Amino acid sequence: MKRINRRHQTQEVKQPRYAKPARQDAQRTTTAGGNFVDKLKAYRDLHAHALFSSLGRLVASPFNSVMTIAVLSIAISLASGFYLVLANLQQLTENLETSAQISLFLKDEVSETHAKQLADSIRQNPGIQSVKLITKEQALAEFKTYSGFGSAITVLKTNPLPIVIQVLPKDTLEDTRGLEDLLQSFQQSVEVDSAQLDMKWVERLQSIMAVSQCAATLLNLMLGFAVLFIAGNTIRLELQSRHEEVVIAKLVGATRAFIQRPFLYTGFWIGFISGVVAWFIVTVMMLILRQPVENLSGLYGGNFHLLFFGFGETLELIAISSALGVLGSWAVLMYQLQHTKPA
Amino acid sequence: MRKRLSMLCLLKISLSEIKKTMLKFDNVTKRYPETGDVLRNISFHLRHGEIAFLTGHSGAGKSTLLKLIAVMERCSRGIILLDGENLSGAKEYQIPFLRRKMGFIYQDYKLLQDRTVFDNVALPLVIAGFGHQEITRRVRAALDKVGLSGKEKKYPMALSGGEQQRVGIARAVVNKPPIIIADEPTGNLDPELAADIMRLFESFQQVGVTVLIASHDISLIAQMNHRVLKLDHGQLVSG
Repeated sequence: MKRINRRHQTQEVKQPRYAKPARQDAQRTTTAGGNFVDKLKAYRDLHAHALFSSLGRLVASPFNSVMTIAVLSIAISLASGFYLVLANLQQLTENLETSAQISLFLKDEVSETHAKQLADSIRQNPGIQSVKLITKEQALAEFKTYSGFGSAITVLKTNPLPIVIQVLPKDTLEDTRGLEDLLQSFQQSVEVDSAQLDMKWVERLQSIMAVSQCAATLLNLMLGFAVLFIAGNTIRLELQSRHEEVVIAKLVGATRAFIQRPFLYTGFWIGFISGVVAWFIVTVMMLILRQPVENLSGLYGGNFHLLFFGFGETLELIAISSALGVLGSWAVLMYQLQHTKPA
Repeated sequence: MRKRLSMLCLLKISLSEIKKTMLKFDNVTKRYPETGDVLRNISFHLRHGEIAFLTGHSGAGKSTLLKLIAVMERCSRGIILLDGENLSGAKEYQIPFLRRKMGFIYQDYKLLQDRTVFDNVALPLVIAGFGHQEITRRVRAALDKVGLSGKEKKYPMALSGGEQQRVGIARAVVNKPPIIIADEPTGNLDPELAADIMRLFESFQQVGVTVLIASHDISLIAQMNHRVLKLDHGQLVSG
């Protein structure tokens, strides 16, 4: 009895209850009822329950869910579609010869023999790596094969194509200054109608690509924000319709994390499902486009194959859309729960 | 903390007194900018295992007082201690854990209509992170206590008013809180059912739970013969 009394007294002195911060007590309350493993299991069960019950809620209101997911997946498929189109175009420009080839279009009156002599004389130039002569007949044959206007060209009585000499300067000359000088010297020669540095249009194409890439990035950024806001707004409406439940949970001691959890999972599901649907939309579009594009590529003699989403890109697409769903929901929950009474 | 300590010393509250006190209001005033003082200088305390009624005309401040206990509102002045913890100065992150120490019963039951009786009663345990088996065991015991065994799978809509109130009571006690606070628990019930519910509260008191019942049912209060805290225009006039 004495011992008990003494213990009682020391407890009183050591732990004045009024001075104890509430958090200690709070922790005691939360760890009550079971050991650590049980707690961990209960926590896992909570997450599993939130994961599946939020999916269940989406299924339970199919009209709303379908509307939201449709809007989101269109936005995501636009963004990822742009990405894929650009990747395809890039594949096209990567195949282009980027060396500084100069094409000399000779004047109509220059004969083939004269052209050959000219080609030989150019070949003598120490700054030139190779010279290729394309005669009028060769040019016509090439045109017939690749342009798709084969039958139209036969209607013409004379061959309208000029003789072309393709000049490939040595690598040492590939600084702009040397090339420009060479180009000018060709332009001044009497046989040449026009001299064109082929690199220029490749450069132009590449800069167009850079501009479109930049535009696509901006557009994707905008679409990303749209996805954030749409997901956030969906969660806001969901929060409104479950306001009473939130208040009751708060009154029986739910923390904010507990209240947020099912809504965050809803955001995840919306993003995830939209990502998967967007993948299907883009893949179906690419499948529809594949035949016409390959026909077109065939007409230009190209060996162009449409790129689809790879495995890694597919995962990336779904991960990004899920993350956007969660992030949009989280932002709205942060704001809304702060303003939900009671605290 | 030192400040709080010295304040309590000034108020001459001995440690043993605090230990015996479950709920303490000390000079509590609640003022709303629009309506002025709703509660003025309220001081009282409830000991562990005590049962008391809170009464007064409507607008006397009963609901506000209960909201202060639930930390749905903060007092403008004074100190509220629950089992030795300062409710009036609690940080926002502490509030959920403080609420787990109280069992609240509402006049409108505040049940989730789309969840079964079992899920409604289990909610505080799920929130507190109890394991599945423990939840099942405790929910059964709580429902048994309020006389609703076998109705676990029903939805609140399928129950009568008295039964819904019992579900609310089972939810309030399932977490074994040291204090139960009931806001007009018999407001929607006939006298017989009301007396039943009151006997239930007395049975909780007998196992050491503090019970505070807000009610304006004078005849019922008179029958019960317990301590009565009477509010009049925001002031405590008896108790």
